[in-house]
Amino acid sequence: MLVRELELDLDAFEGPLDLLLTLVLKEELDLAEVDVAGIIVAFVERLAERDELDLDACGEFLVLVAALLELKARGLFPDEDAELAELEPEEAAEELARRLAEYRRAKQGAAWLAERLETERDRFFRLGPAPLAPRPERRLAPQEPQLLAAALRALAVEPPPVSLAHMALRFPPVVQFLERFRAVLRRRRRFDFDAEVAGLSRVETAVAFLALLELRKSGEISIDQARPFAPIRVARAGEDSARDDERTPEWTVRSA
Amino acid sequence: MDRTLRLIPAAPVDHLARTIEALLVVASLPLSAEELAEAADDDVARVEEALETLSSRYSEGASGIVLERVAGGYAFRASRDAAEACGRLFERPVQRGLSQAALETLAIVAYLGPCTRPEIARVRGVASDSTLAGLVERGLVAEAGREDGPGGAVRYRTTALFERVFGLESLSELPRLDDLGDDLETIRERLHEVAEQRPA
Repeated sequence: MLVRELELDLDAFEGPLDLLLTLVLKEELDLAEVDVAGIIVAFVERLAERDELDLDACGEFLVLVAALLELKARGLFPDEDAELAELEPEEAAEELARRLAEYRRAKQGAAWLAERLETERDRFFRLGPAPLAPRPERRLAPQEPQLLAAALRALAVEPPPVSLAHMALRFPPVVQFLERFRAVLRRRRRFDFDAEVAGLSRVETAVAFLALLELRKSGEISIDQARPFAPIRVARAGEDSARDDERTPEWTVRSA
Repeated sequence: MDRTLRLIPAAPVDHLARTIEALLVVASLPLSAEELAEAADDDVARVEEALETLSSRYSEGASGIVLERVAGGYAFRASRDAAEACGRLFERPVQRGLSQAALETLAIVAYLGPCTRPEIARVRGVASDSTLAGLVERGLVAEAGREDGPGGAVRYRTTALFERVFGLESLSELPRLDDLGDDLETIRERLHEVAEQRPA
């Protein structure tokens, strides 16, 4: 990720960051008009598009933006040297003399302090933080250490094992239904799946359906359904269950 | 003989003096007469009277403990006779000397304070941030609020420790510095000469 190629779309400028920097340094663009926060937002957005944090880019960006901000901050304050340069020679000299005099006074003060420090070298006194007034302190009521121990013990107890019972669905073996359906088909040539599994649980119905598919796969049965969600008719292989549709009442009577 | 008797009078003020002694020996900061009066539950005038008694009792030459007026209050310190012994066992509050930059910065803060970093930098002509931080660390200078207005710069002032280290009763004991005399005139004249030579 190249920081200098960061595309910017600001009020005052549109283009890559390095062009902005060039223009600012050449003073062709007034930094006061540039929204530095906008640059930061652009960078952060670009950064967010990436999965990995590019530390090099971040570092480079930080340095650039810090420099920009410093330039901008300086620009917002009147230039002291320029201020001085605008003064008439008389005034400039007066101003400089005033400042120098001030500094001389500071130096004089420093010299006095240095001397004083030397003469007062032998001062020894008690030092340390001592609150002058008693601070209202929140006194803790006397505590029973046993309570603390009890609290810790309660925390240290091994938590009860998490029950996974709800995760174990009870699947009856498919074989159970395979055999059941084969038995039914030995007695009758056809049967109605829905009627056969009526009263079973949802899971058992599902397993029964798997058994049905298993039988169909091995070619033992044929399956027929008039339309989606209609009753599923099961017949011994070779015997068309659909053909018997018209005779269902009779079939039902016979199987009953 | 007379003198000894005068030091241990049976007057009620002596009881107060003992209380004040006790307060001062516990304190690690100078205590003002008002603070002492409040703690002793007595009036300021009597406290000052008692302090006078104590001052003569605890003075250089008379005692190893010296009562002094310092940093706007009263505090005990070691007598100068004992300084050598103290120095073997204890560090001085400003053990290592202060650099020229630190002294200049300290002088500016002491004379012009409370003042801000930019003001200090303006007088010294260079940024004094780290010097100032060093003085804050030594406890000689402390923050004292901010300039008025939004985003006002932090102001700094000298601390009670500064006054104790330099043995000042208050900052008003600092000598006046406006007596620059001929020096300033010389600077001014030389600057005028330079200014006139400058191309317009």
